[in-house]
Amino acid sequence: MKTVRIGSGAGYSGDRIEPALELAERGDISYLGFECLAERTIALAQQARLADPEAGYDPLLEARMETVLAACIQRGIRIITNMGAANPHSAATAVARIARRLSLNGIKIAAVSGDDVLARITASPHKLMERPDDTTASLDGRIVSANAYLGIGPIVQALAADADVVITGRVADPALFMAPLVHEFGWHMDDWPALGRATVVGHLLECAGQITGGYFADPGYKDVADLARLGFPLAEVGEDGSAVITKVAGSGGTVCLQSCKEQLLYEVHDPARYFQPDVVADFSAVRLEPDGVDRVRVSGGSGAPRTGTLKVSIGYRDSFVGEGQISYAGAGALARGKLALEIVRERLRLTGVRTNELRCDLIGVDALHRGPVGDAPHRGPGPAAEPAEIRIRVIGRTDSLAEAVRIGNEVETLYTNGPAGGGGAFKSAREVIGVVSTLIPEAAVTPTVSYQVA
Amino acid sequence: MRLRELAHARTGDKGDISSISVIAYDPGDFAFLAEHVTAERVAAHFAGTVHGKVERYELPGLGALNFVMHAALGGGVTRSLALDAHGKSLSSSLLEMELPDPQARAGSASGDASGRR
Repeated sequence: MKTVRIGSGAGYSGDRIEPALELAERGDISYLGFECLAERTIALAQQARLADPEAGYDPLLEARMETVLAACIQRGIRIITNMGAANPHSAATAVARIARRLSLNGIKIAAVSGDDVLARITASPHKLMERPDDTTASLDGRIVSANAYLGIGPIVQALAADADVVITGRVADPALFMAPLVHEFGWHMDDWPALGRATVVGHLLECAGQITGGYFADPGYKDVADLARLGFPLAEVGEDGSAVITKVAGSGGTVCLQSCKEQLLYEVHDPARYFQPDVVADFSAVRLEPDGVDRVRVSGGSGAPRTGTLKVSIGYRDSFVGEGQISYAGAGALARGKLALEIVRERLRLTGVRTNELRCDLIGVDALHRGPVGDAPHRGPGPAAEPAEIRIRVIGRTDSLAEAVRIGNEVETLYTNGPAGGGGAFKSAREVIGVVSTLIPEAAVTPTVSYQVA
Repeated sequence: MRLRELAHARTGDKGDISSISVIAYDPGDFAFLAEHVTAERVAAHFAGTVHGKVERYELPGLGALNFVMHAALGGGVTRSLALDAHGKSLSSSLLEMELPDPQARAGSASGDASGRR
């Protein structure tokens, strides 16, 4: 049976660089995907492009390509990535430039565009998925980006046209890995079970190290060796869509049933209906079986016809946020921390800093989890233990940057005006780009592929 | 006994929704987990954090439960004021949940109190 080997070279924009090179050199793979585009990233990239028409692609694109491009081209490994962000065409130009510098002249680079639907979204009100009673009209004049999640179509087209590197903007994350499977095996675009199984493979690979032992280790319960040299995953996929998830022998980490189960359900809501542009994938009957050291066999995925709508991520200027932190140690640290929070709240009131939302945390006590369990820094019954040190954090949402700045200032001035022994103050203020979603008919989007030869 | 002794967990995020998988180390413990780790108990566990409904999906083939918690991330990852805007740490917090003692685990396939391996 024909088998296709696909590697996953990054699980987010800032991910480690060198595991991808290890996959290229020692993974015996034919395709290498890089998923680097989080929900908000494209809105920030869009702003960068507005400031500079050549910008707006992933800031690590050049570093990643300089690391892996030669190793991939020498071995015939084709690269697929969404590092194009808000500017796939300029990203492709940048890759061509690197290719020429590395004497890889003649390679073909595809840029997929068409995901930018800003004009359509701002032309008329669209219902928000997060707030069904609200529309984009409530974001009047504040929308900075709108990108539809494209499916595999344009990537498959680029592979059929012999592109060595395919660079996209917003596409569904699993699509980066599904497209080479459809290209290799010739699955029809209405073969829903096959597309469902391809989604399973893509979903398992898209977060890279999260299936090989990253975001997983829990000493004494789930021990993972050599996380500093974590190997990124690859899938050996068969014509029937079943696959083995594994990694390069000798790399750090682990591929085991537990890591695969966690990643299969990661960010999934109803496992029987995982919505993708190309298919509604069904993970509910997926089987995972051990298949040797660091090898897990995956089968049993399925799928149903796609909905005919595409999800659109809309970035908008939401608000401003100001933050301050300061630490206290030793006897009475908790009491001094609580006093510090009281002082800052009072100061914000006295000085007229208007916040739409204010959060006061005791880091080490209640910053991560508030509730019946999380309130007390102890386990089980009995009085709460006094923490050896405490860090307070005050963060508030404002309508202006000037007011946001004042929140951090009121924490910092605790140095000389607050409780005893306050140290390590930190402050920041920034604009928040929020993200909401809507659905549009797939017919409203026209993906296009352009090519450059280095 | 804490949930941590029987299961591992992972948090994911999409917008203002946090999802947590709870996966039995020993698939034989799935029925016990399904009985005791209910959507209601998870909602109560996160009463200070989750402000919307909690749904539960069962995956007996994987020995897993998948909890979907709405209005859980301070209005959404991109605008949350929380230190952990993604809610990544919530899974470990959920593993603190207290379960009945092993002796009370009638009907569970595994008699192993630790149940981890």
